[in-house]
Amino acid sequence: MTKYLLRRLLGAVPLVLGIATIVFFAVNLAPGDPTLYFLSPGMTQEVVEQTRINFGLDQPVHVRYARWLGAMLTGDFGYSFSHSRPVLDVLADFLPNTLLLSACALGVAFFFGILVGTYQAVRQYSLSDSAFSVVLLFFYSMPSFWLALMLILTLSLFARNVWEWPIWFPASGMTSTEYDFLSFGGQVRDRIAHLVLPTLSLALVLTAGIARYMRGSMLEVIRQDYVRTARAKGLSERVVVFKHALRNALLPIITLVGLYIPVLFGGTVFIETIFAWPGMGRTIVEAINTRDYPLVMAGSFFFASMVVAANLIADVLYAVVDPRIRYE
Amino acid sequence: MTQHEAAGAAKSAAKSAAKSAASSAATAAANSAAPSAAQSAARSAANSAAQSTEVEPLLAVRDLRAWFLTDQGVAKAVDGISFAVREGETLGIVGESGCGKTVTSLAILGLLPNPPARLMDGSSVSFRGQELVGAEEKRLRALRGNEISMIFQEPMSSLNPVFTVGDQIAETLRLHRRMDRKAAHGEAVRLLDEVGIPEPGRRVDEYPHQLSGGMRQRVMIAMAIACAPKLLIADEPTTALDVTIQAQILELLAELRRAHGMAVMLITHDLGVVAEVCDRVIVMYAGQIVESGTVEDIFVRPAHPYTRGLLASLPSVGTPGRRLASIPGTVPSPLHWPEGCRFRARCPSAGEGCERAQELVALGDGRAARCWRVGT
Amino acid sequence: MADTMAASTTARARARGGRRLSAFLPGAPQLAAGRWGAGGLALLVWLGCLWVLVARLARVVEALGGSWDERLALATLVAALATVWGWSWWDAGRAEGPRRVGVSQWDLAVRAFSKNRTAVAGLMVIVVLYLIALLTPLLAPHDPALQGDLISERYVGLSGAHPLGTDQFARDVLSRLLYGARISLLIGFVSVGISVTIGTLLGAIAGFMGGILDGIIMRVVDMVISFPQLVLLITIIALFEPSIFLIVAVLGLTLWPGTARIVRGEVLTLREREFVQAATALGYSKRRIILRHLIPNALAPVIVAATLGIGNTIVLEAGLSFLGLGVQPPTPSWGTMVADGRNVLLNAWWLSTFPGLAIVFTVLSFNLVGDGLRDALDPRLRS
Repeated sequence: MTKYLLRRLLGAVPLVLGIATIVFFAVNLAPGDPTLYFLSPGMTQEVVEQTRINFGLDQPVHVRYARWLGAMLTGDFGYSFSHSRPVLDVLADFLPNTLLLSACALGVAFFFGILVGTYQAVRQYSLSDSAFSVVLLFFYSMPSFWLALMLILTLSLFARNVWEWPIWFPASGMTSTEYDFLSFGGQVRDRIAHLVLPTLSLALVLTAGIARYMRGSMLEVIRQDYVRTARAKGLSERVVVFKHALRNALLPIITLVGLYIPVLFGGTVFIETIFAWPGMGRTIVEAINTRDYPLVMAGSFFFASMVVAANLIADVLYAVVDPRIRYE
Repeated sequence: MTQHEAAGAAKSAAKSAAKSAASSAATAAANSAAPSAAQSAARSAANSAAQSTEVEPLLAVRDLRAWFLTDQGVAKAVDGISFAVREGETLGIVGESGCGKTVTSLAILGLLPNPPARLMDGSSVSFRGQELVGAEEKRLRALRGNEISMIFQEPMSSLNPVFTVGDQIAETLRLHRRMDRKAAHGEAVRLLDEVGIPEPGRRVDEYPHQLSGGMRQRVMIAMAIACAPKLLIADEPTTALDVTIQAQILELLAELRRAHGMAVMLITHDLGVVAEVCDRVIVMYAGQIVESGTVEDIFVRPAHPYTRGLLASLPSVGTPGRRLASIPGTVPSPLHWPEGCRFRARCPSAGEGCERAQELVALGDGRAARCWRVGT
Repeated sequence: MADTMAASTTARARARGGRRLSAFLPGAPQLAAGRWGAGGLALLVWLGCLWVLVARLARVVEALGGSWDERLALATLVAALATVWGWSWWDAGRAEGPRRVGVSQWDLAVRAFSKNRTAVAGLMVIVVLYLIALLTPLLAPHDPALQGDLISERYVGLSGAHPLGTDQFARDVLSRLLYGARISLLIGFVSVGISVTIGTLLGAIAGFMGGILDGIIMRVVDMVISFPQLVLLITIIALFEPSIFLIVAVLGLTLWPGTARIVRGEVLTLREREFVQAATALGYSKRRIILRHLIPNALAPVIVAATLGIGNTIVLEAGLSFLGLGVQPPTPSWGTMVADGRNVLLNAWWLSTFPGLAIVFTVLSFNLVGDGLRDALDPRLRS
């Protein structure tokens, strides 16, 4: 087990380095001089040259790459121009918010996806199975940004202004403006209310994917001989499905964690922009628009590293759940 | 051993006391490769004695019809079979694959998936006087793994890969015997020891993939006998195993049957296995019983052409140089069994009279065959 | 003998009747024969094209001397009518005798696919969508770039003149929606074509050659897959000038790793399978094994992945356009249109809603077809 873990960890190192390389060259080989965005007209040629030297842009690309990589390994991600702060400070502000949103979405998606997929498999060919399949495929085909707008339109705007429902959800930010004046319970409720729509927008598409996968996996497992053995023991159908079958059907689902994390992070770019959620996704889009290269590079690098980490965790989780791999 | 278990063992010992002398002698003898005439005679004597004093068999299957309603039509996998299993005896069910052996065994436990499978009206399975067809799921569950248990053909895939073998054995004990975790674990170790697994204390915490095929089948058997069932259904228990392991497993089954006084329903396509361990035999073909009788009847005086064909295709050590016969053709599809005698197309002695559907003809002494020729 | 003669005569008579019917209602005889997929599609295309011809006659005439995309639309119209008519005539005329029942893998797959109602419906929608995309210059009620009166005609709701309302520049939403279909379908098709080609080649090389080459290719695949696709896309696109070509190129060049993984896995398992080993044992050449055995067998999952990939790519393109990094205005694109309505959701809900629905139904169709193909091409599921 430790050996397996170590091997996987060692395998991740070149992956992370490779990703850093892709990030660096994608940003640095793009046409156009990044310094141009920080200069104002009327600057003398000497000032321009001095800026280039300050940024280290007078060096050839491979030297800059080596320097950047070296600095990064010591934890120095550079200085964000648009935020006028070290990149690491910016990340420390925004990353937790993204992680909160992603974790909520992932939790909701896996919980409902597994539940619905299992239900469908147990009731294969029934009316509810087909109905779920249609609804799931509909959500599966949906762009999350459009779903977000439609949720805002119905559960926030129309619910509040047109239909005048007693319950509607806020469509912007992490907290209300009067957050600081609320009681503790009110603050908690306020935060949860702000989480609902962004979480749903991110989670529904994933839920559909997970449920589709889970249904297939469960159908496969339910035909297995050991499920018949479990029934022959006299176990109730609930125990057969939720203990004997589910444990096995979940194995392939675990790998989905690694597969869906990049999709999830991609989704946060839209969802955070739409819901004005102060997270990494929105920050990266803004950084790209303002040509804040150090922030773009660090942000992309962090996103990619988290994907690698998620894959690693998924693999380890797989080994924990599946004894056949654990004792390989 | 817990008090519970001791009580259970004592009870079953008492119940089978009457027969144990005769039957254990018979089975001990049966372990030698071919049954001699004397042994068979002794056995059939024991059987007829049991028959005459019999009140209610352990398991009585009457006119069982298990049909599969599929897109392509109705597959009559099991089409009207009746038989009984008496306490403590070993009944062999023989036939080629696709003849309905496995469906029969699953139908007894109510494990056929519905849909597509359906037990048709008139089907009856009664276990110790209780009707099981149409019985509440709860009552069936109380029987499964407890009074009737089952072992399957594929020991490789019949154990759940994500639980330790100990957990899987203990699960049955905790369910039916209400044992606590610790007691069940201890009992699992004892059971593993009883089925002949070395180092049971270590093996109990291993996962199925760490055991060999023969070991896994022993684990399956340990699981099946955990609650001292009255009836053990063994569906091709040795087919997937190496020949040397096969003999060991059969020997183990015979031993356990003696020790626990349980009845065994042995489903197999291998007549050699039948000769070794069975008291009575049912031969199935195309969803029906074509012949039934004692092992001696079947081997020495086979009545049905199909049984004769099966015997002729059996390699024999005693007569070298003999050509092995085979039955021409294949088992027809259960979607459309042939009209008339279902074996007609493959039968060497088919002729006039075979276009009629055949009845099972009683031949006395519990023998029967589904062929119009045998009565005349 | 007489029986079969009589049967073939009635079959021929029926075929003649079918031909007569197919002359003015192509698809009807097939529909009557219970082949609702083929018949329905033919009838739908036929009636739709006839409607365009009649209702937009003036524009059809104009198109004769019009711009290249008007002429392309005209050519499509003629070709569609001719194809449907010709096919139905030929098909209805085939004697009803014992049809050649194919048993090859593809015949089986086609039969399994056509039994899948939802998948066939998805395929019909896709064919119609591509037709619409090509016919748009004749179909669209208005010029998609034409601005109406900015004071009286902005944000007009659903009405007779503007069935799906107007946008902030008083342009007709329906017309823009129809033109937007072109962008989505084109980008989806071309970028998936590029990525599948690259992915298949690299995957086959990695799987068949093994060794160091395999190691390098698969590490690159791992890296690109670990990257949040969208972040990579927006980084690249934002640094260059966004244009349709850039989007197609970037999508095509970043989506191949999935295909490469599938093909490599397939080649690896196929290489070990009995029939390939049998072919090797029989002394077939390597080229023959790759061409005749490996590629056709590895193709099935690639086709499935490509179909599902088109849906995925359409969503990605819409997302980029939504962020302003995709197709640039004034070219209408569904993603841009959803973004246009974002800030006026409450007052002009139709602006974001309809383009989004168009995306969902297009992607849904591709997913349905992809699912249907997967089920049809997997022999294990076919039984």
